[in-house]
Amino acid sequence: MTAMIEVDDLSKTYVLHTQGGVEIPVFADASLTVEAGECLTLHGPSGAGKSTLLRCLYGNCKPNGGAIRIHHDGAMVDIARADPRQVIEVRKRSMGYVSQFLRAIPRVPALDVVAEPLRAIGVPLDQARQRAAELLSRLRIPERLWSLAPATFSGGEQQRVNIARGFAARHPILLLDEPTASLDAENRAQVIDLIVEAKSEKRALVGVFHDDEVREAVSTRLHTMRG
Amino acid sequence: MSPLLQVSGLTRLYGDRVGCKDVGFELWPGEVMGIVGESGSGKTTLLNCLSARLEPTSGTVAYDTREEGLTDIYAMGEPRRRMLMRTDWGIVHQNPRDGLRMGVSAGANVGERLMAVGARHYGRIRAQAAEWLEQVEIDTGRIDDLPLTFSGGMLQRLQIARNLVTHPRLVFMDEPTGGLDVSVQARLLDLLRRLVTDLGLAAIVVTHDLAVARLLAHRLMVMQGGEVVETGLTDQVLDDPHHPYTQLLVSSVLQP
Repeated sequence: MTAMIEVDDLSKTYVLHTQGGVEIPVFADASLTVEAGECLTLHGPSGAGKSTLLRCLYGNCKPNGGAIRIHHDGAMVDIARADPRQVIEVRKRSMGYVSQFLRAIPRVPALDVVAEPLRAIGVPLDQARQRAAELLSRLRIPERLWSLAPATFSGGEQQRVNIARGFAARHPILLLDEPTASLDAENRAQVIDLIVEAKSEKRALVGVFHDDEVREAVSTRLHTMRG
Repeated sequence: MSPLLQVSGLTRLYGDRVGCKDVGFELWPGEVMGIVGESGSGKTTLLNCLSARLEPTSGTVAYDTREEGLTDIYAMGEPRRRMLMRTDWGIVHQNPRDGLRMGVSAGANVGERLMAVGARHYGRIRAQAAEWLEQVEIDTGRIDDLPLTFSGGMLQRLQIARNLVTHPRLVFMDEPTGGLDVSVQARLLDLLRRLVTDLGLAAIVVTHDLAVARLLAHRLMVMQGGEVVETGLTDQVLDDPHHPYTQLLVSSVLQP
């Protein structure tokens, strides 16, 4: 087995300087390992720090202590200490992330929003768009919307564009923050399919899934957080 | 590979007053760095020092020249520095009138940079100018018009075309979307994002608009009172700010 993510003694406390320096401890001594081909679910009540941990893995949140080693180019890179240039490289080629909400970019059509991660690793435009089109149809986004910027889409449509974007580049590691939160049953089933497929391709996934059905269908293991 | 720009201990004083103090960083090819902070925090002073327009009081700015590698830009002679600014660098001013020649046509504004690097064939210069006007979404029918007849958004796009026509490796931008209304801003940002990615440009962008920074910059430097108080990956600095001043900046943005 190949360890794709190794987290050691990770701790995170938010300090709110604009509110009198109040400290909000989120978690301490978090340790976990994720291997290729499994889907680890971060499990626990609201406020336990699941999303914060996920964001730390992606380098979006800076932990106070501990290490986050991410498998990249045959070596382990400590995201907690890597400089921005390294983190960007890891995100381009090794680690994808599906956030809870799509951050829409003005004027960029949905098809290109999804194709962008592929363009970033040098995939030619027509090939990148073809993969984007496949994913958008799989996630049942009507073709007439592909050429429009997603800013005006419904919440569920935006979320599916976001999921398509996250899966586009087939990163060896994929982080998922409640990917099915605003989806109906049929679309949920499509996302479950994508996750199962990713596991069979020996990719490593870490996710927060509030939906019991999704969690049971995809997760290999639970990592329980108590807050 | 070596960094494109290597800055250390950069300080500029105005008498007793601090413009910027002890700034150091490296910028790599293809990297876009945003400098954010409120008015008077030293952003523009720093940008001017970095782009060879304002001699620092102390510290060094070394640029990876094609001939000799990393060279202190203030130690090289004036002619070489001028040449660098005309060929390898672009400078996009906040007010496009500062970066354009208002008395000559749009086409000439773009073509002039090409002539400065030795282009002489009139037909080719004009064709390239037209191509660049198209790139920045200016109707090529306006090629012979004076910039005086252009709107603010068009002027800014013309300034960008003028800067990019010589394929610079490093572009300095001072509030590139400042003073434009939001729909024009969105168009300009989309254009800048595309050009920077397609051409693999490195850029240093000064802005007080955090949304602009998020869209354009890979990494950020936050300035307060002339000093850099926080640096890091753009989304990390904006989503998990650590320094009290960065937290204040991020929490002060109005959500529309």
